[in-house]
Amino acid sequence: MKLSFEVNGRPVALEIEPQETLAEVLRNRCQLTGVKISCEVQVCGSCTTLVDGQPVSACTFLAYEARNRRVTTIEGLSNGARLHPMQRAFIEEFAFQCGFCTPGMILAATALLAENPDPTDAEIVSYMDGNLCRCTGYLPIVKAIHRAAGLLREEKGNA
Amino acid sequence: MTGEHGRPGRKKPGEFHVVNHSVPREDGFAKVTGRAVYASDVRLDGMAYAKVARSPYAHARIVSINTSEAERQPGVLAVLTGNDLAGIDPYYGHAVKDHPLLAIGKVRFLGEPVAAVIAETERAAYEALEFIEAEYEELPTVLDVDHALAEDAPLVHEKAYLGGAFRGFEDDKTHKASNICQNIHFEWGDVTAAFEQAAHVVEGEFYFPMAYAYAMEPYVSVADYSANGLTVYSSAQHPFIVRHDLSKIFGLPLNRVRLVVPFVGGGYGSKSYTKIEPLTSACSWKVQRPVKLQLSVEEAMLTIRNDDARVRVRTAVDAEGRLLAREAMIHLNTGAYAENSPLVAKKAANRIIGPYRIPNVRVHCLAVYTNTVPASSFRGFGATQVTFPGESQMDELAEKLKTDPIEFRQNNLAARGESVHPGLRALDADLSGDLAMLAEALETRKPLPPNHGWGVGVSASDAGSDPVTSALVQVYGDGSVSVLTGSTEMGQGSHSVLRQIAAEEMGAPIEKVRVVGPDTAISPFERSTGASRTTTLMGRAVLEACQEAIEQLKNMAAEAMKTTPQRLTVERGGVAYQDQRLTWPEVLHRYFGMSGCSIVGRAYLRRVGDLCMLPVFWEIGCTGVEVSVDPETGRIKVEKLATVGDVGLAINPAMAEGQDLGAATMGLGIGLYEELTYEGQQLLNGNLLDYRVPRFSDLAAKTELMLAENQDGVGPYGAKGGGEGSLNPVPACLANAVYRATGVRLRRLPLTPERVWQALRKHG
Repeated sequence: MKLSFEVNGRPVALEIEPQETLAEVLRNRCQLTGVKISCEVQVCGSCTTLVDGQPVSACTFLAYEARNRRVTTIEGLSNGARLHPMQRAFIEEFAFQCGFCTPGMILAATALLAENPDPTDAEIVSYMDGNLCRCTGYLPIVKAIHRAAGLLREEKGNA
Repeated sequence: MTGEHGRPGRKKPGEFHVVNHSVPREDGFAKVTGRAVYASDVRLDGMAYAKVARSPYAHARIVSINTSEAERQPGVLAVLTGNDLAGIDPYYGHAVKDHPLLAIGKVRFLGEPVAAVIAETERAAYEALEFIEAEYEELPTVLDVDHALAEDAPLVHEKAYLGGAFRGFEDDKTHKASNICQNIHFEWGDVTAAFEQAAHVVEGEFYFPMAYAYAMEPYVSVADYSANGLTVYSSAQHPFIVRHDLSKIFGLPLNRVRLVVPFVGGGYGSKSYTKIEPLTSACSWKVQRPVKLQLSVEEAMLTIRNDDARVRVRTAVDAEGRLLAREAMIHLNTGAYAENSPLVAKKAANRIIGPYRIPNVRVHCLAVYTNTVPASSFRGFGATQVTFPGESQMDELAEKLKTDPIEFRQNNLAARGESVHPGLRALDADLSGDLAMLAEALETRKPLPPNHGWGVGVSASDAGSDPVTSALVQVYGDGSVSVLTGSTEMGQGSHSVLRQIAAEEMGAPIEKVRVVGPDTAISPFERSTGASRTTTLMGRAVLEACQEAIEQLKNMAAEAMKTTPQRLTVERGGVAYQDQRLTWPEVLHRYFGMSGCSIVGRAYLRRVGDLCMLPVFWEIGCTGVEVSVDPETGRIKVEKLATVGDVGLAINPAMAEGQDLGAATMGLGIGLYEELTYEGQQLLNGNLLDYRVPRFSDLAAKTELMLAENQDGVGPYGAKGGGEGSLNPVPACLANAVYRATGVRLRRLPLTPERVWQALRKHG
């Protein structure tokens, strides 16, 4: 079947199998391997992808459901070498180790700040609880989200 | 080649330019932009895909396997079974060579690979699996240690196997067929007499659960067997050991087996040694095309777990509160294949002593085969299993002595330079100072609200493994520097730390230093990436390789400056002689007469000099928690977590603290909720829905991460390893804190609400 959607700001039209998940299509057909697959049961959040700005688990989201919608992966977050404030904050706070959860983590955190630009610790924990990280112990990620919130506010102030 | 800069304590904190600073990670940009390539992202031209058919029984004879229907499915290239392995040696295992790459003749655990379908697409391979017709004849099983050790127990392995050929395991050969995979026994002093004379004795049986490391990237490899040899991209922690095993399996020389390890999506020990590389390579060998084998998390859970342990231990003190004796019997449930359990057993036995002076010790440790998922390394292995009982008993004894558990530990800790285990290196850490720092952070003198309690634990692990490590440093004419290393970057930050050391030594700007590898075709030999060895051993090799490069550069500069190397002064990034000064790029340009050249510095470490005595360092654990226990539900909340990373010198303090927090969080997971559960032959919770790992909402309410930097290690600038230490005592901390909060002593992990609630009820 045909699938037309927007991926990282560009229109994409593909021929897909009906059973293909969004994660499969993005990784195998669009070569967007920043979409990471781990638990495959919507528990770990490593495949988190934004569809119309909302985080979804691409491992269990049928690609067809993304038709005519806007999909953002980690590859679409930075503007060339210019990193998104969330990406900068993750580097500055050492908010990753192995990095396998990082694309999903950053996208989920970006969606959080889009909804709530100045979240409390408790709001971060509650929103991010569906993204697992086995390396860091989470605290540096919470700090990175606070830092990114600050950076985004600064950017807005300067705009 | 150790130069004077390699001597511990030469430069002090505050004198470093790059080292001992929290420099952003080398892999930061790649990892936050999704450009970091993991083995799961590798795609080769003409690549086919394999999927694995697994045994539905824990122990069964394979009567027949009919693959013809599966082979006829669309897209299928071939089906490989244990009957198709003529021409190669299908067994591997670095400790005991007992593991066939596909079951041969019989299966030994439910989930063991029995056949592999190789097809044009992953889906075609998967869909063909159900057309494999395998007939089994069930055999009596041994599912736990007691059953496996019983007289006339069915044997998991009928024959004895050779010891694995890899250095360091020559003494682990299994000579006779039994379910005992490894048997360790040692003692010193007069244990029997000591227990008779003791003022107080505590005794108990403890259980450390079966756990799954959950590296978020499941096992994956891509193998390309061709006329050129075998190239494998894999998520392997120890590429050189995998290379060794593959070279033996396929009868290829070492230089025809190439292991490339891109970024690894978490390891924690679970990706150490050889895993699915032999099977993937055999698939490629069969179809003569590149083949990718990507396991799911459910399959990874059927590949490796830790050794669950039952530890019976008793400890004695005299009336003055001095430890007199410890006696332990450790039973490890090793599962169906030896994997690294023979070493886990050795380490568990060594590590139950803890960092204490104990004059009388008797330890017996068995690793026992059962018909369950094979067990192997898991962060801190050996230490995790035995520090829980050991440190629980320290608190029990302190109570008997009516003394403070911190004071009791302080009275018994070995000092730096004192021996805790005859035959091993003397302790190289100031644990007493570490513990004092911890107690202050936990505010142990402050009164606690009801149902709150604090607990501490310390541990010392003989770490670092065999010190056989080499490194190359390439210094380029434009001032850039490359480090060629066989260490695997799995998140622990090896590449960041090695880069900082090279930048420090060569005086190059950090952004001009690159770390390359591991790729066994170009990386010099490194035994492994595990046991917290990399900063200490590879870090030191990189430092020495830089110094060797500088020696070469000095000779070149002397020629250019028309003097002798002895008259030159090395300054940061170059040399000076009288009023002349040359930078390293200028030296290279003058020497070769053209630009774009480079030289290579090298270093080999082996067991000589200050690396002769094992362990190369003691990995210290010093952690504490404060918990609150809800008496209505039994739920434990972690109010405070404190860690002391005794790392000699933190090459990157933020990353060292990050290792401690990550390790301690795993300790909280195993202490509070993680456990693989079997019902009969079947793993009940072999997926991420049912296996509970720590989440954001499990964060401790307060966290304090501290570092002790006494420059007392044999690594660069006095550094030594970390990253496991802060896991090891955490389960004991929890149990000790729960006791302080409730008066209930729990000896079985994890401390689930149900278990705590039951114990509280029983206690009344």
